[in-house]
Amino acid sequence: MSRTIRGRAHVYSRANINTDEIIPARYLNTHDHAILAQHAMEDIDKEFLARVQPGDILVAGEDFGCGSSREHAVWALRGAGIAAVVATNYARIFFRNSFNNGFLAVECARAADETTTGDDIEIDVDNGAFRNFTKGTTRDFVPLGEFVHELLDAGGLLPYIAKKTGTTYAPAGPQVDIKASSLGAKP
Amino acid sequence: MSRPQTITEKILAAHSGRDSVRPGEIVNAQIDLVVCHEITTPPAIQMMKRLGVHKVFDPDKLVVTPDHFVPNKDIQTAELTKELQRFVKEQGIKHYYELGEHGICHALIPEKGHILPGMTAVCADSHTTTLGAFGAFASGIGSTDLAAVLATGELWFRVPETLRFNLNGKLPKGVFAKDLILYIISKIGVDGARYCSMEYHGDAIPALSMEARMTIANMAVEAGGKGGIFHADAVTDEYVRARTDVAYTPFSSDAHAEYRSVMDIDVAMLEPIVALPSLPSNGRFIGEVGHVAIDQAYIGSCTNARIEDLREAAAIMKGKHIAKGVKAIVVPATTSIWKQALREGLFEIFTDAGCVVSTATCGACLGGSMGVLGKQEVCISTTNRNFTGRMGHPEALVYLASPATVAASAITGVITDPRPYMN
Ligand code: SF4
Repeated sequence: MSRTIRGRAHVYSRANINTDEIIPARYLNTHDHAILAQHAMEDIDKEFLARVQPGDILVAGEDFGCGSSREHAVWALRGAGIAAVVATNYARIFFRNSFNNGFLAVECARAADETTTGDDIEIDVDNGAFRNFTKGTTRDFVPLGEFVHELLDAGGLLPYIAKKTGTTYAPAGPQVDIKASSLGAKP
Repeated sequence: MSRPQTITEKILAAHSGRDSVRPGEIVNAQIDLVVCHEITTPPAIQMMKRLGVHKVFDPDKLVVTPDHFVPNKDIQTAELTKELQRFVKEQGIKHYYELGEHGICHALIPEKGHILPGMTAVCADSHTTTLGAFGAFASGIGSTDLAAVLATGELWFRVPETLRFNLNGKLPKGVFAKDLILYIISKIGVDGARYCSMEYHGDAIPALSMEARMTIANMAVEAGGKGGIFHADAVTDEYVRARTDVAYTPFSSDAHAEYRSVMDIDVAMLEPIVALPSLPSNGRFIGEVGHVAIDQAYIGSCTNARIEDLREAAAIMKGKHIAKGVKAIVVPATTSIWKQALREGLFEIFTDAGCVVSTATCGACLGGSMGVLGKQEVCISTTNRNFTGRMGHPEALVYLASPATVAASAITGVITDPRPYMN
């Protein structure tokens, strides 16, 4: 992965945004990332999907991603175009799911308070810096540690294992979900 | 001399070929038990295959059951269950509990004797912490993690710090394990144990059944915990020995192990607790809840739908009828519990009282089926999460409580203290 990510901010400063808000359980009848992406954040912000563009960065407060273990939360956000998350801190399973997917998630205490939706921001992994070009501020974030860097560099846990065992991690094939996604029971 | 360690550190050390480990270190631990259900396993199977691995590391270490949307509630869930079945067949997995033997995995695993003290156990489901009741390291993981475990039998963990809770005294009548854990979460918050293990000690523990311990360990994740862990004792051994004769090696914390914090709780001073919407940490003693009329009472989930829970609810409902306009739904956690409740006559009590009884399923706990809430409906529930939208419509309101409190509330139609209803 690129070690610096620059994009537009989407700020959700409330604490404890949970995985039911990121991707409601009523959509867990699929693991197709594209379908999940169409429902990212819909219970918390109906405008999110209309606003988000590929490469944007989500900025959040404390304990982001708490609740269930569903990796669908990371897939839905990434599928919607989010390139990385900056939060005060994370619920542990969301945090590990991020790295396991080669998806950047950093902990930076003041980010949500000091950022406004639409700001031009940057996460500089090598220097551990979170920059807000719109506001002209820079904050350090909590170092990720060597192992997490290796995971991110490999592109996630499975490519990392493939690298260690001298195999390759094949790109995603066609999903086995049925196509008629509209047939499922709706809430 | 190695440094004194907690039970969690010892289990992780023993499973990663180390004498000792410290909080913050990353270890690669061997996994003894892998639990699979229909929601998070199918994506993991695909990912494992993309790794070029077509056989799981050890099929005998897997236990598989469909639980979230059983019986299949729509076409997609039917497809997910089919994928799970295909996987079981293709991998030759013998511990498979098909519809009719199924149950919510966190309740099913202990009851079938699959979890033993000292084990490492994972499942791509956050309430895997339930199994910590047995003195095991048990933690929820994601689907990618699961793919890695299926392929290699190992997984990375950051060794957690530990919070110690000393539970002393005797729980008063009408106050249950659920009240105790809701109390703890109300004190430390939904992220009070973030990345940490919650370890329980104290003279209240020998009197807690395995069911009660599972309720407490189950909700570790509602405080952000990586695990909730009890030490195995005579009660554990009796429970386990009734189900399996496989040998096990228990671990225990050293006397001078390091804890990030220690909290002493006199359980004798507790009262029934209700967590108000929409966070599990919004616990209030029942006297502070005020007048809350309910539309639905739900007794189910991996937290509180074991036989003891059903007995407690039935004792309150016996000979009574639920309030007019209230829907009351009882969902035993597993098929064996369902059968046991049938034999004990509990279903007659529930149905005479006006409840409906479902097969074992996660059901409405996650807004799946079997009692999904509509707009602005109010539900009191024995489940573990009352987040916005968790049990259905985002404007529905969920209150969390013990089975006794839920039963008493179903009778009166408002959130009610169960104690006057207990003989
Ligand atoms: S009962 Fe609820 S909390 Fe427990 S595993 Fe099922 S959905 Fe998750």
